[in-house]
Amino acid sequence: MKGIPAFGTLDDPVVRLPRGVRVHQDRVRGVPVLLGPERALMLDQTGNAILSELGDGLHLSVLIGRLAERYNAPFDEIAGDVREFLEELQLQRLVDYADA
Amino acid sequence: MRDLSPPPPAPLALLAELTHRCPLACPYCSNPLELTARETELDTSTWARAFGEAAALGVLQLHLSGGEPASRRDLEELVGTARAEGLYVNLITSGIGLTEVRLDALEAAGLDHVQLSLQGIRPEIADRIGGYRGGFERKVAIARSVKARGIPLTLNAVMHRQNIDDLPETIAFAADLGVRRLEIACVQFYGWALKNRAALQPTREQVDSAKQTVARALQSYRGHLAIDFVPPDYYADYPKACMGGWGSTGLNIAPDGTVLPCHAAQTIRHLTFQRVTETPLGEIWANGQAFQAFRGHDWMREPCRSCARRDIDHGGCRCQAMAIAGDPFAADPVCRHSAARTIVDELLAENGATVEAAPFVYRR
Repeated sequence: MKGIPAFGTLDDPVVRLPRGVRVHQDRVRGVPVLLGPERALMLDQTGNAILSELGDGLHLSVLIGRLAERYNAPFDEIAGDVREFLEELQLQRLVDYADA
Repeated sequence: MRDLSPPPPAPLALLAELTHRCPLACPYCSNPLELTARETELDTSTWARAFGEAAALGVLQLHLSGGEPASRRDLEELVGTARAEGLYVNLITSGIGLTEVRLDALEAAGLDHVQLSLQGIRPEIADRIGGYRGGFERKVAIARSVKARGIPLTLNAVMHRQNIDDLPETIAFAADLGVRRLEIACVQFYGWALKNRAALQPTREQVDSAKQTVARALQSYRGHLAIDFVPPDYYADYPKACMGGWGSTGLNIAPDGTVLPCHAAQTIRHLTFQRVTETPLGEIWANGQAFQAFRGHDWMREPCRSCARRDIDHGGCRCQAMAIAGDPFAADPVCRHSAARTIVDELLAENGATVEAAPFVYRR
C-alpha cells in the first residue's frame, strides 16, 4: 500500500482519471459513459460535467471553482456533490488522487 | 402470432472466446467439456467483423478470453481492430504466452486493461492447480511488467477448497503487487468445475472465514485496492442474478463463432444457437431462439413466477437449474424456495463429511 493517498487525507488533491479509464460518447444509447476495468457507468449531467473538466488532472479546489462558476452556484454546495461523486469513483479506483 | 414485444436493450459486454487452446489445464476451466479444435476457430477478419457488429449494437466492453487468448498469433491485431471500433478492450489471460515483445505490441495497439488469473500464491500450489510447471513464476513476471508499464491490472484469484485458506495472503499479494483491482472468485460449478466439484467445493467453515477476511480487507484496503468477492453460491440462500438476467446485458462468442447467452448455455439441449458467420450479431441478439428463451418472466414457473425476488435474481442460473435439477425452467436449485434445494444440501453435507478432497480431473 504505497503511493495512493486515500480520499479525505489530502486537503486539495490533484484529481485525474487514471490510465484505462475514459469518458466515451455512447452513440447507441445517446449518453456519455465512463469506461474502466470491468465497469461501464452511464453518466448523468452532473457526473459528465465533473469528469469533462478534469483533462489531464486538476486540483480539487480548481475543479469545484470552475463548476461553481459554470453553474452559478455556491462553492460549498458544489463541493459536497463533487466530493461525494469522486469519492465513490475513487473507491473503485476509477479516479486517482495525488498530492502534487 | 407476430411478436410485438419491444426489442431487448442493447448489450453492454461481449466475451470473445478467441480459442479453446490453453497451456494450462485448470480443473475448473469454464470452457465446455468438448473443446473446439483450432481448425474451426474464426479467422482474424471474421472476428474483426464481429467486433464491428458488436460496437454498432451498443457493446461497450470487449473481453478477449479463451482458452488462453495469447495462443492466437493475431491477438495484437484483434486488439487494434477492437479499439478502432471504440470498444474498451480487456485481455483475460493466464499470462502464459505473453512476452515483453508481445506486451509492447498490445500496448501499442491500445489494450485498455489486463485481467490476470491467479491459481495460487506459491509455485507449488499454483502450478499444481494449473497443471503447468513454472507457470507461477512466469505469471508473476508478466504481472510486474504490466504493472510497470502502467496498464491497469486486475488479479482474478480463483478460490476453492484447496487454496481458499490462503485468502489473507492472496489479498496481501495483490496489494504488494500494486494492482488496482482484485477479484476473489469462488469457483462456480459448470463444465470442468462440475466434474471436479468434490475436489473444489469449500467447506462451510472455509466460506465463513473467507467472508470475514474479505470484510476486514474491504476496510483496511479502502481506497487502495478495489475488491470484488464472488462467494460460492451453494452456501447462499438466494441464487445469483446470473448474467444480470438472461440475454439482458451480455453475450459470448465461442471460438467457432457460435453466439451464446452465457458460456454454459450449450448444456441446455433444447436451445438452438446461431453463428456469427451466418447471421448478423444484432439479429441473433434481438430474435435468436436461445436469447429469447429465458428473457422476461413468461418462461418462469412457480416458485419464481410469483416470487417477490423475480426481478432481483431472475430465477437464478438456467444452466445450474439444468445441471442440478435436470430442468432449465426450474428455479435455481441453490434457492431456498427451490424443490431441488435438498440436492444441494445433500451435496454440501457429503462435502463437509469428507476430510480429503477428491483428486483433480485436469482439463486436457
